[in-house]
Amino acid sequence: MKVLEELKYSKEHEWVKIDGNKAYIGITDHAQHSLGDIVFVEIPEVGTELNKGDVLGVVESVKAASDVYTPVSGKIIEVNEDLTDSPENINEDPYGSWIAVIEISDMSETEELMDANDYERFCQEEE
Amino acid sequence: MLKKEEKLVFELSVPGRSTNLLPKCDVDEAEITDMIPDDFLREDETCLPELSEVDVVRHFTHLSQKNYGVDSGFYPLGSCTMKYNPKINEEVSKLDGFLKVHPYQLEETVQGCLELLYKTDKFLSEITGMDGFSLQPAAGAHGEMAGLMIIKAFHEKNGDNKRTKIIVPDSAHGTNPASAATVGFDVVEVKSDERGGIDIDALKELMSEEIAGLMLTNPNTLGLFDENIDLIAKIVHDAGGLLYYDGANANAIMGISRPGDMGFDVVHLNLHKTFSTPHGGGGPGSGPVGVKKQLVPFLPKPVVEYDNGKYYFDYDRPLSIGRVKSFYGNFSVIVKAYAYIRTLGADGLRKVSEAAVLNANYIKEKLKEYFHLPYDRTCMHEVVFSGQWQKEYGVSTLDIAKRLLDFGYHPPTIYFPLIVKEAFMVEPTETESKETLDEFINVMIKIAGEAENEPEMLLNAPQNTPVLRLDEARAARKPVLKYERGL
Amino acid sequence: MSYIPTTDEQQQKMLADIGVNSIDELFADIPESVKLKTGLNIPKAMSELELTAHMQEMAGKNINLDKYTCFLGAGAYDHFIPSVVTNLLSRQEFYTAYTPYQPEISQGTLQAIFEYQTMICSLTGMDVSNASLYDGATALAEAASMVCEATRRNEIIAIRSIHPESREVMSTYAKFKGMTLIECGIQDGVTDLQNLKELLNDNTAAVLVQSPNFFGAIENIKEIAEIAHENKSLLVVSCDPVSLAILKAPGDIGADIVVGEGQVLGNPVSFGGPYLGFMAAKKEFTRRMPGRIVGETVDRDGKRGYVLTLQTREQHIRREKATSNICSNQALNALAATIYLSVMGKNGLKKAAELCLQKAHYAYRKLIETNLFSPAFESPFFKEFLLIYHGDADKLNKHLLEKNIIGGFATERFYPEFKGGYLVAVTEKRTRDEIDRLVSEVVSAC
Repeated sequence: MKVLEELKYSKEHEWVKIDGNKAYIGITDHAQHSLGDIVFVEIPEVGTELNKGDVLGVVESVKAASDVYTPVSGKIIEVNEDLTDSPENINEDPYGSWIAVIEISDMSETEELMDANDYERFCQEEE
Repeated sequence: MLKKEEKLVFELSVPGRSTNLLPKCDVDEAEITDMIPDDFLREDETCLPELSEVDVVRHFTHLSQKNYGVDSGFYPLGSCTMKYNPKINEEVSKLDGFLKVHPYQLEETVQGCLELLYKTDKFLSEITGMDGFSLQPAAGAHGEMAGLMIIKAFHEKNGDNKRTKIIVPDSAHGTNPASAATVGFDVVEVKSDERGGIDIDALKELMSEEIAGLMLTNPNTLGLFDENIDLIAKIVHDAGGLLYYDGANANAIMGISRPGDMGFDVVHLNLHKTFSTPHGGGGPGSGPVGVKKQLVPFLPKPVVEYDNGKYYFDYDRPLSIGRVKSFYGNFSVIVKAYAYIRTLGADGLRKVSEAAVLNANYIKEKLKEYFHLPYDRTCMHEVVFSGQWQKEYGVSTLDIAKRLLDFGYHPPTIYFPLIVKEAFMVEPTETESKETLDEFINVMIKIAGEAENEPEMLLNAPQNTPVLRLDEARAARKPVLKYERGL
Repeated sequence: MSYIPTTDEQQQKMLADIGVNSIDELFADIPESVKLKTGLNIPKAMSELELTAHMQEMAGKNINLDKYTCFLGAGAYDHFIPSVVTNLLSRQEFYTAYTPYQPEISQGTLQAIFEYQTMICSLTGMDVSNASLYDGATALAEAASMVCEATRRNEIIAIRSIHPESREVMSTYAKFKGMTLIECGIQDGVTDLQNLKELLNDNTAAVLVQSPNFFGAIENIKEIAEIAHENKSLLVVSCDPVSLAILKAPGDIGADIVVGEGQVLGNPVSFGGPYLGFMAAKKEFTRRMPGRIVGETVDRDGKRGYVLTLQTREQHIRREKATSNICSNQALNALAATIYLSVMGKNGLKKAAELCLQKAHYAYRKLIETNLFSPAFESPFFKEFLLIYHGDADKLNKHLLEKNIIGGFATERFYPEFKGGYLVAVTEKRTRDEIDRLVSEVVSAC
């Protein structure tokens, strides 16, 4: 399982890359691995306001559908349209395949996220 | 099985070829455009093929040779009760007096149909301990939906509008929560305890004035009878809720125990499981819904009544939830189930459940040394194993299932129930002989050995089927849902 | 008879292997309090011979369409069923198989469904079809849920000319799901467009229309589509697939979703079921479709094959968030439709449709000529038409019955506004002689 040092992680297996007040959100290598071949990504609409914990999108494999929750509150300012045609990008490069970018409305929420070490430990405990 | 690729019916089409099935027009003809305005008339041609009768017969015969039915061999598909489908039932269901009867004929001309519906209602009521049935629902999930509507209507009639939630165990069939949602209920999940039954403390915790009812399969999807059923019924009833019985597993209890006596208020049966009607490759089924007395007025309408030597439809049912299907249900399916009940009689029905439970326990005992048995206790009509021991060797339950195909078996239900990792669920049914069971057991033991010593045999399986493993991810990523080339 | 092959001796041996003494011990988990103390009160078993006699006797109490000439339709039609259909359906590999969850040994069912989906798309002018629903009525109800989800609106307008039982089913579904069902009136047997315009509002998810409708009349789909779309509402059309051999595909004139009753495609009337509901839609609704869908793919050798696909929509995966709760559908009836459409072919289906059209219009002209009926509407019709009978329709039907004719449907039960309403269906099976006999018996009845 691959974990990147520079990212933050949620307990629902989303990764977050913080860039100023923007948060790039995707699902982790662990998440894509347990889902298997990803066949469809339901991408949210730009402009949607979300609270932390709201459903951001859905990632589907052949036999499972997994909601993706936003780990931070804010407005969706960009979505990764490439995933509509190439959902397998998430399998191939989970940390390069962000699903949406959120303009963070409350920076303090980012402090509750795990760092790479904590996330790795968290995954081991979950097994 | 036939390995040669069969072209699509459209690819077989030859322009100008046809069958001669219809006569010439024998009435005075009018111009089509005098009858229907030009604007409404089709200009393009349909994609339908041009074939001779023999082309059609060969094509569908070839397709059938790529299929596996109960008559082909052992079909231990858990929760689906793939028992033998008696031929006489097919035959009597095709009698002209059943098959060629129009649903809107005058009641006096369909007394036989009505009698059959009426008697089936009575028999199913007796078998389940209920007071009345509607045979209208077309399948199990449809029956669930009707049953939950009845529960909702009952509470609403009592002014009890707060009851918006249905409790469903974590081991339940997917249709349970889906049906609850269809009827506008919120779904609350209750977990199972270490013996596989409902966790009583968790259930108590969940009960409130917002709970409309509990949906339960008993025996449950682990194939285990919930010994606490009395207590569960009491907890739910005391809190003002109703109990819904998912009859998917009724093959375990006929003549032995009745949902009505267990405290259930609503039940649906799957005639295409318990009552031997064929699955048809995915339908038609029939999912009659039965209820206790206080709920009878809420049944879908019409219901068949009998009075003064005459059977008739009763539409005057003001509390009814309404209609859930056009006409009266999947009638031909009901005819087969009726024939089955008459063929078995009371004793025969009990023997069915006894033999079904015996067969499942036999498989359980013979295989538990080779495959992990998460709940090691007496099972009912089906047994749930886990492929987690084999996982150590790098093979999954899916691989075990695919390897079974090579040995000429339909695999068990896999990855269900969700609460058992790598689950596979074996339901042998009563119609299998000891010889069949022994052969299957030996094959499973062989596969367990292969998993350890030659895992590639499983990973590359199946090899003896019309096609090898199919790329399901590709199908879902770039869906091709109809034929377009050359049309 | 019980279809249980294990002998008593074998059962004893199995019990010993399990390590119990009796079958009763296997039921020890069932508390005594809920065990049945006496046997079930079900009549004792019948042999096959006895059962056959019993079933024949019961079937004999019904009159059937082989012995009687049928002019009754109203949602279930006495169409011709080629012998090929019945014969091929009786192959055990088709009818005793389960849902094709193991694609490697289910290519027969899967390929047939793929062909079915292609045919339904072509007839309806749509992009995607599912593998079938319970019947035409529930297909409409499922479409109603679908459009509400898709538009995030909550109101459905259903035209009064939709089959009354379909409207009843929709009303049941709507009531429990929290959708509002509004009825739009009719004018000359088809949609009252003025009324429709008045009813449309910004909460209208879709307009639902049937064509040919319950009265057999052909609706102006194109105009209704324009009115619905102008309001950003969708259009759901329920139609008779036989009629689509000669009528414009609804998808080509504005329908967003097309559903209908597929009984007419090779399925017997069988006292109301099993039939099949079909559903097809525009591509953008693919992931909102209820029920099973088959897709093409390849196997590990690159060989073409078929699988159930887009399954994350369905209950066994998405549970309470599924697009529908449907699991078992009407697969064998859909197979009947596929075989029927294959053997009829493009010309055969067109011929059947034209025969229906010609014969229905012949019967219409002849019945009007008796002066015992007047036309209810002027709208064009396909194989069925509503007349106003000047006498007592029930009496007429009883008279016809004595002459081995099953007369039309007296519609007052559903449409009290048309006094004496009498709905006559004429399929390709009816001969000129039969129609002439109907006409002469109608005359002698008065």
